[in-house]
Amino acid sequence: MNKEVLKALERDARTTPEQIATQTGISMEEVEKTIEKAERDRVIVKYKTIVNWERLGEEQVQALIEVKIQPQRNVGFDAIAERIYRFPEVRSVYLVSGTYDLAVFVVGKTMQEAAAFVWQKLATLESVQGTVTHFLLKRYKEDGEILEGGGEKGRRQPLTL
Amino acid sequence: MSPRPGLNSKRARSLISKRVEGISPSGIRKFFDILSTMEGAISLGVGEPDFVTPWHVSEAGIYSIEKGYTMYTSNKGLLELRQELTRYLYTRYGVEYDPETELLVTVGVSEGLDLAMRSIINPKDEVLSPDPTYVSYGPCTVLAEGVFIPIPTTVENDFKVKAADIEKRITPRTKAILLGYPNNPTGAVMERNELAEVAEVARRHDLLVVSDEIYDRLVYGVKHTCFASLPEMKERTVLLGGFSKAYAMTGWRVGYAAARHEIIEAMTKVHQYTMLCAPIVAQMAATEALRAGDAVVKEMVADYDRRRRVMLKGLNDIGLACFEPKGAFYCFPSVKVTGLSSEEFAEQLLVEEKVAVVPGSAFGECGEGYVRCCYATALSDIEEALRRMGRFVERHS
Repeated sequence: MNKEVLKALERDARTTPEQIATQTGISMEEVEKTIEKAERDRVIVKYKTIVNWERLGEEQVQALIEVKIQPQRNVGFDAIAERIYRFPEVRSVYLVSGTYDLAVFVVGKTMQEAAAFVWQKLATLESVQGTVTHFLLKRYKEDGEILEGGGEKGRRQPLTL
Repeated sequence: MSPRPGLNSKRARSLISKRVEGISPSGIRKFFDILSTMEGAISLGVGEPDFVTPWHVSEAGIYSIEKGYTMYTSNKGLLELRQELTRYLYTRYGVEYDPETELLVTVGVSEGLDLAMRSIINPKDEVLSPDPTYVSYGPCTVLAEGVFIPIPTTVENDFKVKAADIEKRITPRTKAILLGYPNNPTGAVMERNELAEVAEVARRHDLLVVSDEIYDRLVYGVKHTCFASLPEMKERTVLLGGFSKAYAMTGWRVGYAAARHEIIEAMTKVHQYTMLCAPIVAQMAATEALRAGDAVVKEMVADYDRRRRVMLKGLNDIGLACFEPKGAFYCFPSVKVTGLSSEEFAEQLLVEEKVAVVPGSAFGECGEGYVRCCYATALSDIEEALRRMGRFVERHS
């Protein structure tokens, strides 16, 4: 599978097959075939947009929840992870090394909503031994993109030799 | 006693040295003035990367200020940097330079070129250089009281200079060949065997070669040949390089010269009395750039290459024939199809379509009929510029 095609889409999912062909020197047919196959094989999982909702003044609460788990025989952490990631409020779930086991990202409309999820749904799961909830205060950078400030760039002279 | 009359402009001008008076200012001032008041213009007329200096490099500069590294360095530059340069030139090109005696850190290649010319040229010595060529080569030669002899290059040979054409113009006064490949403005790259023929000419006629390799890292699908790496060429080459293009560090002003110790000693003398040393902050950042390795350069090169393909195809599609440039970040298409001179083309394109390019004539007679388009700019701007240029060409042909 041609990685250049995937990298082009990863940079900008709206790049057309024709543009990718021009940029990489790979034939258009090959580009289209690669994309089709990558979508079929779920190498390309989804096309998404990074939205800075704060810019619109939208209230949105995100929390990072450290979850400590009692692993279960035979299935380890996977079964409990699945119990957790099936909740639609849960954005991301990672198994991590260190003082806790699962890092769970939750979104809610309000802090109450997010907190309620933790104490009603998460903390009550049988093998969950404890949780620590961190509410996100500010998003500086997400998926490699700088959201606010810091991204300022000097301007070049319009003409130089 | 009657008061002396004030110094009027005419008289002031007459006080300027003949040598400097004889040098014409760069040909882009006019465009610059139009462009700086224009809304919605796209400039393909820049000569520098559109990347910001990689953060780890900038951070090293910030760190050096924080720690109070704000003083002069030795005239030749920080030893650590010269050692890193030695390592870089050896691992990359297999050329060995002694960091103590054969390397000099300069304020960019611009200073390096000036030092080289002033160190090797006697009045009326001739310097041969391909045309079109970078704008400072002629003036630097003239300021050193040398005579600049352009060697024509043509699109038929992808603007690479032919050894035979150089040899034809050699006289008893010829002192040096001045090369700049990968080339600004054409994007031409010379292959190793082609440079070897030039080397042969230099050897046969006992000439020095000043090789400006500032774009050494920006090549696409070909390998850059360091001129000093050719057999027996280290001893007669003044190699000039820098960080501006590869590491997007134009504003830091730091580069280097590498040559045999007699030449570096001479250049250091001029450098010591005119510049003293390159800025320490830039030197520390440059040291970090070399230490941290290549990944970030490779990423930028891959990005330029994508844009290069888009611009090259786009120019040819709209009828501005362009050979494939294998280096730097310029396309150099012919505008002859419009019947306009390169300066008329650039001026009318700017006024009618708000796209700035640099007329090829700014780089020498052989640049007439061509314009320099820089693709170190956002892809979306390149695409829009090509649409506008397409409209322009349609109207004018």
